[in-house]
Amino acid sequence: MTQVFPFAAIVGQEDMKLALLLVATDRKIGGVMVFGDRGTGKSTAARALASLLPPMEIVKGCRFNCDPKASADACANMCEIRSHDTRPLTEAVSIPVVDLPLGATEDRVVGALDLERALTRGEKGFEPGLLARAHRGFLYIDEVNLLEDHLVDLLLDVATSGENIVEREGLSVRHPAKFVLVGSGNPEEGELRPQLLDRFGLSVDVRTPSKLTDRVEILRRCDAFERNPKEFNAYWLPRNQEVSDQIAAARERLGSIDVTDDSLETMSKLCIAMGADGLRGELTLMRASRAAAALSGDAVVGADHIRRVAGMALRHRLRRNPLDQSGSDARIERAVAEVLGA
Amino acid sequence: MAPIGASDPGAASNAALGPGSSPWTDSIVAARLLAVDPVGLGGAVLTAGPGPVRDLWLDILRLHIPEGVPFRRMPASIEDDRLLGGVDLVATLKLGQPVIQSGILAQADGGVVIIPMAERLAAGIAARIAGVIDRGEVLIERDGLARRVQARIGVIALNEAVSSDEMVPTALLDRLAFHLDLSLIRPLGIDETEIDDVATTAARARLATVAPASDAILGALVVTAAKFGIPSVVAPLLALRAARAAAALAGRDTIQEEDAILAARLVLAPRALILPEAESAESTANEDQSTPRDETLDEAPPPPPTEGATPEADQEPEDEPPPDAPSLEDILLAAVEAALPDGLLESLRDGKQSRGSIIRRQGSGQAQAALRGRPAGVRLGSLRPGARLALVDTLRAAAPWQPVRRRETPETGLQRVEVRREDFRLKKFVQRRESTIVFCVDASGSTAFQRLAEAKGAVELLLAEAYVARTYAALIVFRGNEAELLLPPTRSLSRAKSLLANLPGGGGTPLASGIDLATMTALGERARGREPLVVLLTDGRGNIARDGVAARSRAGDDALDAARQLGLHGLAAVFVDTSPRPRNEGADLATAMSARYVSLPYVEAGAVRDVVVAATPGLERAPQRGR
Repeated sequence: MTQVFPFAAIVGQEDMKLALLLVATDRKIGGVMVFGDRGTGKSTAARALASLLPPMEIVKGCRFNCDPKASADACANMCEIRSHDTRPLTEAVSIPVVDLPLGATEDRVVGALDLERALTRGEKGFEPGLLARAHRGFLYIDEVNLLEDHLVDLLLDVATSGENIVEREGLSVRHPAKFVLVGSGNPEEGELRPQLLDRFGLSVDVRTPSKLTDRVEILRRCDAFERNPKEFNAYWLPRNQEVSDQIAAARERLGSIDVTDDSLETMSKLCIAMGADGLRGELTLMRASRAAAALSGDAVVGADHIRRVAGMALRHRLRRNPLDQSGSDARIERAVAEVLGA
Repeated sequence: MAPIGASDPGAASNAALGPGSSPWTDSIVAARLLAVDPVGLGGAVLTAGPGPVRDLWLDILRLHIPEGVPFRRMPASIEDDRLLGGVDLVATLKLGQPVIQSGILAQADGGVVIIPMAERLAAGIAARIAGVIDRGEVLIERDGLARRVQARIGVIALNEAVSSDEMVPTALLDRLAFHLDLSLIRPLGIDETEIDDVATTAARARLATVAPASDAILGALVVTAAKFGIPSVVAPLLALRAARAAAALAGRDTIQEEDAILAARLVLAPRALILPEAESAESTANEDQSTPRDETLDEAPPPPPTEGATPEADQEPEDEPPPDAPSLEDILLAAVEAALPDGLLESLRDGKQSRGSIIRRQGSGQAQAALRGRPAGVRLGSLRPGARLALVDTLRAAAPWQPVRRRETPETGLQRVEVRREDFRLKKFVQRRESTIVFCVDASGSTAFQRLAEAKGAVELLLAEAYVARTYAALIVFRGNEAELLLPPTRSLSRAKSLLANLPGGGGTPLASGIDLATMTALGERARGREPLVVLLTDGRGNIARDGVAARSRAGDDALDAARQLGLHGLAAVFVDTSPRPRNEGADLATAMSARYVSLPYVEAGAVRDVVVAATPGLERAPQRGR
């Protein structure tokens, strides 16, 4: 097992870390798109997320991560377990964070005929792809802006419908594929299709830290991790556990967080002031604020929570010229100051 | 630093690790460090044409690398199955079970991959390689197989770029420790280099035992990188690894000042973007070097580049210099400054960003986007010449039928996979014609300010359209006495808006120059395999001739001539006449250009958009959602 750099040891990048914690708390927020320079810990943070997530219950042996609480027909039509067993055994597995690497072929993404079974036993079987593996978890795509167009189309389709339909080689398979997209990319290396960007609930820009002490700390920690990853991880384990506990607690608390009418009105005003498109903005802002309250242990969504998440929830939804990238931060700041006061 | 070529390269060999050497000896040191830690250092960008110098350097590197460590060369054009790995069809057919064949990156695990013509590397391939460098493994999700294969590699990117618009993708530049420029080294001036692979082997063994760097060294590397405007935090990390490799090569278990100096010179100097500002020596000399200052980069007072401190300082035996000696930080700063390439130093002094250096921040590998079309799945079909068999899909199509077929024809033997004609699957490609819109905007005084704003609005709207359709766009502006390519053809359009907004108007109308530049740009795009469209927004009243002289009649003739040239090249064009009272000039020019002529006495953004969209095949259909 390769050692993963611990989440808690990432220096700075508070926006990115918060955004990931928010979607880990409430997956309904949608995905997170992280834009930024190389070496800012984008992929490190996304990959470190897996260790923070609490386990989830699945039907034992189900290759589609099927939820025991969901009705039986919610699982894949190919799922042998559900079709035979009305009260299947369950097991706890870690919430999947699946890496979709550049160069992945379509058959591996959506799933295809099981080559091995066909070759060795002459049987037709379905081998679930990455989308099935990511169901109820996270799908991480590094350099998402370089992903081939036909894969992007496919992802858009599934991300919208929450269901993967495979019709190939005489197989007819449909299975649920509800995953949270986490993407990272460097806008200098190619723009992200607006349709794809729209699928992400939150969007954050990460920049190289400007404080020299932070930079030295990054260097020191990277070096320490490389020299002895095991020891480094052991050292950071308690801190990582704290973050993990924080997420677990926030998930518990999420249902009881109060969003007052005042807060809702504030959010609407913010969206109007920014010219953020559609209801999606408001909904995301509401969910993100609620998750922020849950993470900080508050019972009611307050102005501070809204202020904290407004940028990441709305930045990519501003109705604007898509060329105007520099101005969006300023616009958000202005609108927040206008609605919430400085 | 002595000018390249005029130095004494012979002084290298054994004292190769010493400071103050020539670019050639420095490159040898880099090769030796790479041989010690190819994986940690990421590799090198080697800028040089093919020839004896480059071959010699590669030989020196190869000979220093211990036997058994992979040293692979990537083909100039590579597909994913060879790069990352995929199904080994022969073995799969033979054994009757899926067998994976590792790609070049996995095969080079622990060693070095040479990438020829790295300046032509597509952004996508560069990103795959960069991802493997970061992770140390290949994630194969291909052809029905999912595997993780270890691939800790160092990469030597051979850069043969001759013009400034070709460059090694930044995704690689950032991750490779050394950026070596051998293009000016004369082969005759080089002496034999002694190969000491025994030292490499010893250093490799020692590498893991080298003690962590002191805080002073960590701080000094970070501060030095920051002072030279190196934005990436990866650079100091690479420098640290270079310092560690240098310590190991020198037979030491601790990273010392001289290692840090060497690392700063080799790793940081070629990445420099700005020069540290000079200021009084007192403020920084006495600072405690072990605690890096808690200041943001903008506020940090840069220490002076202490002249003369470079070569002598590192020969001091003490780790801790006396209080009045220059700090390690200052020494590193001076070392980096001394190692800056000559031309670069001047351009940095002038406050200009380096354009000529191999470090350029704009434009990744987009120019060489593969135009072979994107794979669009497979289709049934028979094998004709030119058709590309999708082997795995064919095999997969054949696979389920094997038991049946074996029963039908038992004499063919049990170990074979029987493939029949109806199993053939062919690769399908969609040849996507990429297009580029070359905007050529008249910003002269005759286009009154109000109208310029309208033109800007129209261009902005079109850029937005181009952005959605993933079309390339370029922006040329002419005013005063010359035309300027404000935005080279790009798909990354975020800069365009501010460029447009800050575009000043006024001055003469060098119409001919504008059209000429548009023609050149469009032809360049055509050479790249894209379909160019020139959109000219002007009132057609040129008053500056090609040579920059204000002479109305000659200017008019020149403009007409330029327009004819454009037309002769068969370039698609739209002429948007922005004149309030259109006269003949505009229509005449449009005719000469064989352009579609639109008269817009009131430049209305929407109308311009419609015209251009109609003329651009790529814009008609914005990408559809779904499949």
